Amino acid sequence: MKGFYSLLYKEVVRFWKVGFQTVLSPLLSTMLYLLIFSHVLGDHVEAFPGVAYVSFLIPGLAMMALLQNAFANSSSSLIQSKITGNIIFLLLSPVSYPEIFLAYVLASTIRGVLVGCGIFLITLWAVDIPLKFPLWALVFALLGSFILGATGIVAGIWAEKFDQLASFQNFIIVPLTFLSGVFYSIHSLPPFWQEVSHLNPFFYLIDGFRYGFFGVSDISPYFSLLVVSICLAAVSLFTLGLLKSGYKLRN
Amino acid sequence: MNPAIAIHQASKRFGSLKAVDCVDLEIAQGEFFALLGPNGAGKTTLINLLSGLSRPDSGKLAIMGFDVSREYRKARRSVGVVPQELVFDPFFTVREVLEVQSGYFGISGNAAWIDEILARLDLSSKADTNMRALSGGMKRRVLVAQALVHKPPVIILDEPTAGVDVELRQALWEFIRSLNASGHTIVLTTHYLEEAEALCNRIAMLKAGKIVALDTTSNLLKSCKARHVKLQISPDSLPDALLPGFIGRESGYHVLKLDEFSDLESILETLRQSGARITDMVLPHPDLEAVFVEIMRTP
Repeated sequence: MKGFYSLLYKEVVRFWKVGFQTVLSPLLSTMLYLLIFSHVLGDHVEAFPGVAYVSFLIPGLAMMALLQNAFANSSSSLIQSKITGNIIFLLLSPVSYPEIFLAYVLASTIRGVLVGCGIFLITLWAVDIPLKFPLWALVFALLGSFILGATGIVAGIWAEKFDQLASFQNFIIVPLTFLSGVFYSIHSLPPFWQEVSHLNPFFYLIDGFRYGFFGVSDISPYFSLLVVSICLAAVSLFTLGLLKSGYKLRN
Repeated sequence: MNPAIAIHQASKRFGSLKAVDCVDLEIAQGEFFALLGPNGAGKTTLINLLSGLSRPDSGKLAIMGFDVSREYRKARRSVGVVPQELVFDPFFTVREVLEVQSGYFGISGNAAWIDEILARLDLSSKADTNMRALSGGMKRRVLVAQALVHKPPVIILDEPTAGVDVELRQALWEFIRSLNASGHTIVLTTHYLEEAEALCNRIAMLKAGKIVALDTTSNLLKSCKARHVKLQISPDSLPDALLPGFIGRESGYHVLKLDEFSDLESILETLRQSGARITDMVLPHPDLEAVFVEIMRTP
């Protein structure tokens, strides 16, 4: 397990050393989203009965930032290591592929949760947000980080240049997070788009996470937990398979 | 005793290119072994197969008796590889890099050995310097240090002196020699053939993925047929009878080909008959470069 701890330590230190870019920058951009959307829509929208729009928005934004940063951590670390060639030091070592998987996913989780908590803490002084079921919120935050950390590994292995990784992020991750109910309740959408939203796994993450705050959600949190757990199992198995095969790493 | 390296019928293909073609090779523990060949001969691919960076299409490879696929953890703990490319992690200092690398191999509390390697490689003053701030030669030394953090019994160096200045090259070889003297098996690839000749007790030459020569350094040197004699004569003109064996002029000498040492007698006789007087004669020993060129020219 020492190899796993070393890789985890290295991955956490790596993002912490560039904390302005990896932690403070997403905090700032998320706060700008909050400022603008709450100012423009705050008086016009009531997503959940009795919940102010700005309160509704904060958990969604925190989860969005958490997911995007968890993805960015593993994917950018892997592609940088591949392009600069220093991935060789890990590949030459006896660290096993499940240990590599766990270390990258946990480092992504730490960064994602750090950014998510940062947003929550910054907004705490200005906005009254209940936290009715903290365990639910924590479970969805962790599951979301695991899924996106693992997806980041897949993207980092698959991409051969930064351009390809940016495409993965801009054409898959960002649309899925933006269209997952971060800024709205899907009940405000036309029936067709509500159905489409149900195909988006990020919707279940954000809806379940929000349930932890308000005790209200668009769908049952148990169903969300089931969908998210299945997604995590599928992504994890796929990622472990990639690492085991050495696809684009050991050739 | 298990061989340090055992390769049996290893093959690796990239598309239509056979990078490694049914290679059989055994390297005993304690050897200082050279793997030579022109660019694209398959040296780095063979090293990658041994170190687990690439997987063979067929064949078996083992390090210290551990199969590199089935017992990859033990095999990788037994080998340290200095890669050819100058790669580094720009986020960390030299010491951090070595501590993390130690951790990958399951070693904690490795500070004393890390300090020793840093001192031996003249890197102590750079221990807390970020990798980005190091010169190319220093980065190369860190690569050597990274390969040694887990004290592997087998050390593979893939062109470790490419682009390295003379002083560092000598210091590096002195260090590697001392590791070999203390029992480490050294496998080296280099384009500097005089280095291989001076350091290695056995040599394999690769061509198009196949081993085309494998012997001790002294036997390879003895096997060289490409001998020649350098003559300075007066008057400075070769008799016509010697022109078929004339190779060229070199620093005022006529260089003549010798198929056998006994050819020398007939050359001297021809010169005597033509009235030419020999003012100087050099009979150079064949070096590894001559052997290499001869073997690589053989179809």
